[in-house]
Amino acid sequence: MQDLTHAFTTAFQLIGSLDPVLIEIVGLSLKVSLTAVAIAGLIGLPTGALIAVGRFRGRTAAITFINALMGLPAVVVGLLVYMLLSNSGPLGALQILYTPTAMIIAQAILITPIVMALTRQTIEDLKVEYDEQLRVLGRGALQQTATLIWEGRHSLLTALLAGFGRAIAEVGAVLIVGGNINHVTRTMTTAIALETSKGDLSLALGLGIILLTLAFVANAIVMAARASSQPSYV
Amino acid sequence: MQYAPAQSKLGAASSVLPVVGRSLTYKRDMRTIIDHVDAKFGCSRGVVAVLGPNGAGKSVMFRLLAGLLTPDCGSVTWAGLEPDRLRAHKIGFVFQRPVMLRRSAIANIVYVLAAAGVPAKMRDEVARHALEQARLLDIAKTPARSLSGGEQQRLALVRALATQPELVFLDEPTSNLDPGSTAAIECLVQRARDAGTRFALITQDMGQARRLAAEVIFMHRGRILECTPAETFFCAPGTPEAASYLEGKIVF
Repeated sequence: MQDLTHAFTTAFQLIGSLDPVLIEIVGLSLKVSLTAVAIAGLIGLPTGALIAVGRFRGRTAAITFINALMGLPAVVVGLLVYMLLSNSGPLGALQILYTPTAMIIAQAILITPIVMALTRQTIEDLKVEYDEQLRVLGRGALQQTATLIWEGRHSLLTALLAGFGRAIAEVGAVLIVGGNINHVTRTMTTAIALETSKGDLSLALGLGIILLTLAFVANAIVMAARASSQPSYV
Repeated sequence: MQYAPAQSKLGAASSVLPVVGRSLTYKRDMRTIIDHVDAKFGCSRGVVAVLGPNGAGKSVMFRLLAGLLTPDCGSVTWAGLEPDRLRAHKIGFVFQRPVMLRRSAIANIVYVLAAAGVPAKMRDEVARHALEQARLLDIAKTPARSLSGGEQQRLALVRALATQPELVFLDEPTSNLDPGSTAAIECLVQRARDAGTRFALITQDMGQARRLAAEVIFMHRGRILECTPAETFFCAPGTPEAASYLEGKIVF
């Protein structure tokens, strides 16, 4: 009990004093996960929208596949990216294993299917609502898609935040491809794992509190976005 | 002067009148919803009411003529030519349930003006003017989807009229509205009608049909049974189906 109280006190002291080690780790985590979200958005939003409005062979199979990829285990993604980037792998020449770039790649692979699948669902639902109205205005396929993306902006923000939530909290992939190297690839989740096993509970706890707060804020934004996207009388 | 090309695009450059359906047939799940219907809209000024029981094929006929559905048989022409997207803004459509974009009321109108090719500089002014005409200027900045049902439908009508269409299809525009909102919609329709816009109106409200319609088309089981001046139709319907429909009996 004494230990726990001590850990909490020290943790809040670390946060309150803006401990440089803590800040560095949090900063790297945010940088890696936000970049991964940006990449996932660039790929996932347009692709998801195109799958939603498009009519092509194998569409159902594509949707099933992407939905299945939403549940990708982080460690498996880490392993695959490791194999790609290791010296004996096809992309070994790039020499980016154990760098933040490798972690960004792994997280982007992990969350792109999430953004893509949620976008597809959102745009498809909106299409049902707007299809006749947009066609009666003479809008072409690309204009219709652009309009639907804008109409779904609140829900699509939800999709991006869901991806961010997954990325920032995941430990398996960044641990494997990043290696948890001090000052280089140490993120909140890998640091928590390491410090806990070392017995430095206060740093682990401090990071855990920040991680929880970030997850809470992300979810609060999701809820707020959802509320504002719905008509008030429903 | 610099707006001249766009204005001509909005003006009489490419007419869609008359909107004609020839031998239109539309089937869905083995059921024939529209059965070799010949219809012509926009020949004369005024409102044409399309009456008939549910399932008569009224809405489907409107959608076929507006180019929203493709007929299984027969053809639709706008001013003698096949429907095309460039002339789509010449045909307005107001649905039973208004479809509002998730933006402000005025942005909804600006959007359709953009779709109709109105230059960006003019859109805001045209939209404000349209709202003012309908006494909706005070809700210009309100998110369209938080408006009441009646306000949304009025906005939908204003939006449909903003691109100066030649013919507007109204698919039961007031079936969900209270008397006050219904009167507001009818007032807007009458004013646009007097300014030369032609209307085709589906309604189950016989009072509304009497108030607005110059002609009546009576449909039953996917066919047009009557096409007569409104007075004739309401005084002396020419078919037993129309007679019992007017009396409020169930038509089989």
